[in-house]
Amino acid sequence: MPNILELKNIGYSYHSLHGETKALQDISFGVGEGEFVAIVGPSGCGKTTLLSIIAGLLVPEQGTILVNNPDGSLRYPKIGYMLQRDHLFEWRTVYRNVTLGLEIHKQLTPDRLEKVDRLLKEYGLDKFRDKRPSELSGGMKQRAALIRTLALEPQLLLLDEPFSALDYQTRLMVSADICHLIREAGKTMIIITHDLAEAISLADRVIVLSGRPASVRNEMPVKLTLRDDSPLAARNAPEFQNYFTRLWEDLTHED
Amino acid sequence: MKTEQKKQLSGQEAFVRRHRKHHHQITFWRILLFVLFLALWEISADLGKIDSFFFSSPSRVVLCFAEQIRNNSMLAHIGVTLFETITSFLLVLLCSLLAATLLWCSPKLSEIFEPYLVVLNSLPKSALAPLFIVWLGTGTRTIIVAGMSVAVFGSVISLFTGFRQVDGEKVTLIYTLGGNKWDAFFKVILPGSVPILLSTAKVNIGLALVGVIIGEFLAARRGLGYLIIYGSQVFRLDMVITSIIILCVIALLFYKSIQVIEHQLKIRFKM
Repeated sequence: MPNILELKNIGYSYHSLHGETKALQDISFGVGEGEFVAIVGPSGCGKTTLLSIIAGLLVPEQGTILVNNPDGSLRYPKIGYMLQRDHLFEWRTVYRNVTLGLEIHKQLTPDRLEKVDRLLKEYGLDKFRDKRPSELSGGMKQRAALIRTLALEPQLLLLDEPFSALDYQTRLMVSADICHLIREAGKTMIIITHDLAEAISLADRVIVLSGRPASVRNEMPVKLTLRDDSPLAARNAPEFQNYFTRLWEDLTHED
Repeated sequence: MKTEQKKQLSGQEAFVRRHRKHHHQITFWRILLFVLFLALWEISADLGKIDSFFFSSPSRVVLCFAEQIRNNSMLAHIGVTLFETITSFLLVLLCSLLAATLLWCSPKLSEIFEPYLVVLNSLPKSALAPLFIVWLGTGTRTIIVAGMSVAVFGSVISLFTGFRQVDGEKVTLIYTLGGNKWDAFFKVILPGSVPILLSTAKVNIGLALVGVIIGEFLAARRGLGYLIIYGSQVFRLDMVITSIIILCVIALLFYKSIQVIEHQLKIRFKM
């Protein structure tokens, strides 16, 4: 898998009058096309900062991000960003929520809307299109948020603990569901999580960050013999426990 | 199973009935209180317990109102006050929306203006009225400005505060979808601030009325404020009390109409 994105020695600090807080230090890794990468690390270590930099919302103070498109162009890949909460707007219907991105880009064209319609049908949201977000279940809200992101046809999806607002049972179902949908859509994905089991069951590769300032402590490719759509299958795979133990040791290991 | 459903339904019915009963009781007591007050007022005036020259009486108020209607002056006075209040209310809404938007756009600007806004807001605006008269003369323009001056600074502050209280992550969402500051404003900040806008409007319509009456006290030949001052100067207290009662009705109508608008918006936006 060729890397479509390559981070080189990324560093970032937050500044206040009391001094400088280093959030990221010397972070380098690549993301292959169609690959699912999970980033785990202690809470508050700067994972969201890292994602914001990849998304282009923040400019890194040190380092560069290299783009490596298959067609050789230098265009930055189109990014879809899913935040911790779904942030569907209550003053819009579900349909007007999922077309928000298209509306901002002034791309409410028939073929784009047709794609949205298809996604709404595929994801079982078609009969809720004129409802308000509050009438949807937690899982359906996440699906609506995913459609809103996919409507802009991003190549790379960034997910910032997108399931942390859900209760555990729903979370198991929804995380497997959403990742299955993203895989089917053939997208590349970077997901932040603090749930090690979630990282192992969803990702092809897990990147472990150290505490603040965050740097890459370890990269661990995950190959499970049992992985299908059910969230429990991955957790029942024989290698699962081994991966979990290694991640746990990486995370708790002190320098 | 069926009887269980029936039981549940009757439970719901009982709730609806209790709810209605509660509301009927509230309305009943409100009306009763009003009627009792009028009766007590009328009777004590008729029996000479209070001097009806100073305190008037409901029947005198009605007579006074009828007389003023007959010579056509009352409706004109009411119309002038209504026009001035609604104009200054709408101007306040427009100005404070524009100002709050500007402040939201530029954090630097909002930081610079913060102490000025706080001082202007706590200043007793009636102190400004004599200045307005000197600058703008006596007339509708002065009174509309007086009405605006009472409401506008507080309105800017509460709208700006409302804008800033909108969830920052929702704004981030707009940026992640490739939007700019204007998209954030029109798609998140403004629709997210509708409840604040409505509560500010409720406060402002009352304040605009206060300012207009202050203005009419000082610089008018028409309007209910003028009628109150004129009536007190010629010792026609019937006229003063009639005007005050009409002001009560106007305040009530303003409040109710904003409530209706609020209700309509709530249905539309399912707030």
